[in-house]
Amino acid sequence: MKDFLFNFKMPEYFFVTGDPLIYGAYVSIVLVSLGILFVLTYYKKWGWLWREWLTTVDHKKIGILYLLAALLMLFRGGVDAILMRIQLTAPSLNFLDADHYNQIFTTHGTIMILFMAMPFLIGLMNIAIPLQIGARDVAFPALNAVSFWMFAAGAMLFNISFVLGGSPDAGWTSYTPLAGNALDPGPGQNYYLLGLQISGIGTLVTGINFLVTILKMRAPGMTLWKMPLFSWSTLITSVIIIFAFPVLTIALALLTLDRIFGFHFFTLAGGGSPMMWANLFWIWGHPEVYIVILPAFGLFSEIFSTFARKKLFGYKAMVFSMLSISALSFIVWVHHFFTMGSGPWVNSIFSITTMLIAIPTGVKVFNWLFTLYKGRIEFTTPMLWALGFIPVFLCGGITGVMLSSAPADYQYHNSYFLIGHFHYVLIGGTVYGCIAGLIYYWPKMFGFIMNERLGKWAFWWFTIGFNMCFIPMYIVGLKGMTRRMYTYPAGLGWESWNLIATIGAFGMGIGFMILVWNMYYSFRKGQRDTTGDPWNGRTLEWMTSSPAAEYNFAIIPKVKGLDAFHLIKKEKAAGVKEEEVELKPIHMPKGEAFPVVMSGFMFIAGFGFVFEWLQIGAIGVLGSIITMIWRSFNDYDRDYYIPVEEVRKTELAAGRRV
Amino acid sequence: METTTSTTKGYRPMEYASEEGRLKIFGFWIFLGAEIVLFSTLFATYFVLVNQTAGGPSGKELFEIKIFAMETFLLLTSSFTCGLAVLAMRKQSKRGYFGWMGVTLLLGLGFLILEIEEFAMLVEMNAGPTRSAFLSAFFTLVGTHGIHVTLGIAWVTGVMIQVWKRGFTPVTSRKIFMTGLYWHFLDVVWIFLFSTIYLLGVA
Amino acid sequence: MRLKTGYVAIFFTMALLLSGCSSLKSGVLNPQGPVAQKQYDLIIWSIVLMSIVFIAVIVLFVYMLVKYRAKSTNEDYVEPEEKENKWLEVLWTAIPVVIIIALAIPTVKTTFSLEKSPSPNQKPITIQVTSANWKWIFKYPEQGIQTVNYVNIPANVPVRFQLNAVGPMNSFWVPELGGQEYTMPGMTMYLWLEADKAGTFIGRSANFSGKDFTHMQFNVNSLEKTKFEDWVANVKKTAPKQTEKMFKDLLKPGVVKEQTYSSYPNIDVNRLDENGNPILEPQSPTHHHGNGGKEDNEHKELEMDMNHNSHTNHK
Repeated sequence: MKDFLFNFKMPEYFFVTGDPLIYGAYVSIVLVSLGILFVLTYYKKWGWLWREWLTTVDHKKIGILYLLAALLMLFRGGVDAILMRIQLTAPSLNFLDADHYNQIFTTHGTIMILFMAMPFLIGLMNIAIPLQIGARDVAFPALNAVSFWMFAAGAMLFNISFVLGGSPDAGWTSYTPLAGNALDPGPGQNYYLLGLQISGIGTLVTGINFLVTILKMRAPGMTLWKMPLFSWSTLITSVIIIFAFPVLTIALALLTLDRIFGFHFFTLAGGGSPMMWANLFWIWGHPEVYIVILPAFGLFSEIFSTFARKKLFGYKAMVFSMLSISALSFIVWVHHFFTMGSGPWVNSIFSITTMLIAIPTGVKVFNWLFTLYKGRIEFTTPMLWALGFIPVFLCGGITGVMLSSAPADYQYHNSYFLIGHFHYVLIGGTVYGCIAGLIYYWPKMFGFIMNERLGKWAFWWFTIGFNMCFIPMYIVGLKGMTRRMYTYPAGLGWESWNLIATIGAFGMGIGFMILVWNMYYSFRKGQRDTTGDPWNGRTLEWMTSSPAAEYNFAIIPKVKGLDAFHLIKKEKAAGVKEEEVELKPIHMPKGEAFPVVMSGFMFIAGFGFVFEWLQIGAIGVLGSIITMIWRSFNDYDRDYYIPVEEVRKTELAAGRRV
Repeated sequence: METTTSTTKGYRPMEYASEEGRLKIFGFWIFLGAEIVLFSTLFATYFVLVNQTAGGPSGKELFEIKIFAMETFLLLTSSFTCGLAVLAMRKQSKRGYFGWMGVTLLLGLGFLILEIEEFAMLVEMNAGPTRSAFLSAFFTLVGTHGIHVTLGIAWVTGVMIQVWKRGFTPVTSRKIFMTGLYWHFLDVVWIFLFSTIYLLGVA
Repeated sequence: MRLKTGYVAIFFTMALLLSGCSSLKSGVLNPQGPVAQKQYDLIIWSIVLMSIVFIAVIVLFVYMLVKYRAKSTNEDYVEPEEKENKWLEVLWTAIPVVIIIALAIPTVKTTFSLEKSPSPNQKPITIQVTSANWKWIFKYPEQGIQTVNYVNIPANVPVRFQLNAVGPMNSFWVPELGGQEYTMPGMTMYLWLEADKAGTFIGRSANFSGKDFTHMQFNVNSLEKTKFEDWVANVKKTAPKQTEKMFKDLLKPGVVKEQTYSSYPNIDVNRLDENGNPILEPQSPTHHHGNGGKEDNEHKELEMDMNHNSHTNHK
């Protein structure tokens, strides 16, 4: 017992040392933390922080927290990317050594997919979905907070790896046996496993939450076929999450058991199968790609229709194409390892299933184009990002079809051609969608509009930089440069392309900085949105004030068709009188501390297991179970009513007639 | 989020009486769907590794019909008594609920004790989870089910205490109903474990 | 004004691409054997097909942007009442289907043809490739010789590479001769390649395998058949023999220079664990002989081999 309690086996390095970058990181972490502590104390903001943010269950605030975290992670992942590009600017540079480079590309990939793209989209879902379907919150507001704090705990755990114990360095795919204990002992890979595990459970809960919300809480009159596209895409994404994430949970758990407890799932001794990891990982991983692209498709659909001033073309075809993409997403995973010798039959079949995805995707692209047809296209910044998405995503898409052909893939696999392809789809699709959605919903979140001129500067810097960065990658890929090389020899004809790519990466970085600057600038000087409907929107979220009141809608709107708010505005213009509805007290959930406390314990558990200090891990697990039990016993009086008077006051203050 | 305690459509069991109750029960069904995916993945890994005994013992040598038949009997019976407890809740019979749920708990505990003994015996025979890939997969799959049963016992106990304190309310009856769903789910998983791992293993 | 800059940008991109084309002839786009050629043809065909899609979409896109952008002349815009257009939707479902069929057929054909010798009339040569941390080991079972970090092959002779790994997975890739295949621990994979002229081609590992993965570059020297035979004879005469200890040392992590041996020890690399040690399976009290009997025997031989090995080490 004593041995168990006081056995703190230290890894070789607890504090990562050796590189000036790392020391800089230490200093900045300490300084930033002190700065935050000081500001909060000086302005007496601790209570405010606790009440308004840490214990909130309001979907709009949780959405903002998600977006804040996602932007921070975009910065972190972006810095990783810039460091890699600097190292590859010219042949045989020594800016980073192999170990450092390996850690950086691993964290870059993991962070961008799991801690940037997903929370960014989940944040936008949180902000928009309940408003868009005319609900007062999500189905399970407290669980929604659990989702966020689990994600935050996982992301934090993953991020401290680079100062405590060392970052994972086996790639974001973490293939065994490389990622197994024999070849990669120590905390780094454990951080990957536990950080993803904790945040992954949060994501699964989000999936369940949004599925129930959308299926059960739509405003009266909103049948599934009258639901806006972003809600449809969120619904479908939730289904994919529910089917895919348990597979990740298991894959991570099995590798954790292998690494920490000496099991033999993936080790050669004992008869384990290293290749099983690749299968499990991609059975989750390919649907994951669609989890981060479908919501972006939904956002683009909203934006195209809003700024082309036209109903979305082929609405039903759009929904069916998303449904077929989601179904296909589960039967293509082998295309990630055509080169692992699955045999000609398997490769042929998975080639064809992969190619099939091009059909629904093509349908979507044409429907978007024909949404513009006979419209009146306004080039606002969200629209600019949406329009920019079409050509770049097209590049990603057609190279994707090229990659789907197995024998050709033998020549592209793991080369920079592949890197070019998936950045074109993930940046061109997901990131463009996230930024478009962010700017589009910004007034709904904060009540002011982001500056258009700065927004356009950001767009052009980012877009030109992006193409400069990734077109050369297609070319060096065909010239034989493989991914994850930390340096390369001169004389292979790769030099100039790599130089161009690095310049492009800096262009993207500048674009991102202008975007962030725009947030601050517009906060000070931006145009205020007093109407709640700055874009002349078509869906219900634009019917509320900006920012929306805690209860979203004083009166739940009645939906008569697709683009419900557009119809209501049209009726109003035609002089149809509104029905008089009496205000009623509004039933709302109270804020609660349980999500953040439980996730805190999860973080402790994760940290303990990372260093294989099982006693700390046990304390964390026990703590989170006790908090759950506590929550179950206090599952009463978790709600309250907002009286009519207060609702009326809030509505009048927002300039609304009640 | 409006609360409608009764509807004009007629009788609704208490656990479905409130909007919140309906949402939570629906959400719980979805959660069980995710659990099915989770167990399916574990089953798949088990069948990939079932022959990878690395020179160690195989299921045929390790599984004892007596033990797993007993486990099956206990768990199946407990599922039945759990169903009776939920029915008693519907009839507002506190005595029935506590009686049948108590039996369910005892049967569940019995199952758990048998399983722990089985595991301890295997480890003693040098057939622990680190012995071979097959045994890793076996322990993980059966153990995951066992952990679910353990959590189920804790949950049922917690809900029983709440019912003791508060009686049958829309909230407590929803919880009773959900624990019931969970318990039946564990039973269904066990039927698969029993037939594909133990029965096929000794065959 | 904006359009004009657009045209200038397009012009410059085209100019850049055209001038770049001549320098593109390396790697994948410079096939030097029948396997690479088949893949090259498929790639070019897919580029042609995809260009059709690309041009169609971009033309439509630009047309929509120019024609329907907000301007002073359409300020009185009223949303048109528009019905779904079935024919259009059928059209843009059907066209991708046709394109995919046009790509799928050669894809399947090539997939199957790559499983067979590229020149079935020629007698092939077999070379066993083993990736280890972080080097390439090439065994010539027919010739009984071994090279490290370079491989010589006869020109115009199909080569059947047998791929294995000790430790992490790597991927064996020589772009100018053909596509890659993974090297995996504990299982053997096969890859046909052939060079149709003499020359030196660069190969490398395409799958990340840890610290010095980047340095896993090697030369494939294609020699005229007679020169290849001379080289083999010369190696047999002059190169050192490789002992088991030398082989085990070679498996240790690190980067090594090119090496040549006139013999190699008989060790089944598929029975080595992640660190290159033989997989020892402890006897369990309930051990029995089932369908794995043959494996068991092999395994015992290996164990004996290794015991013997450690013996010699002690001396």
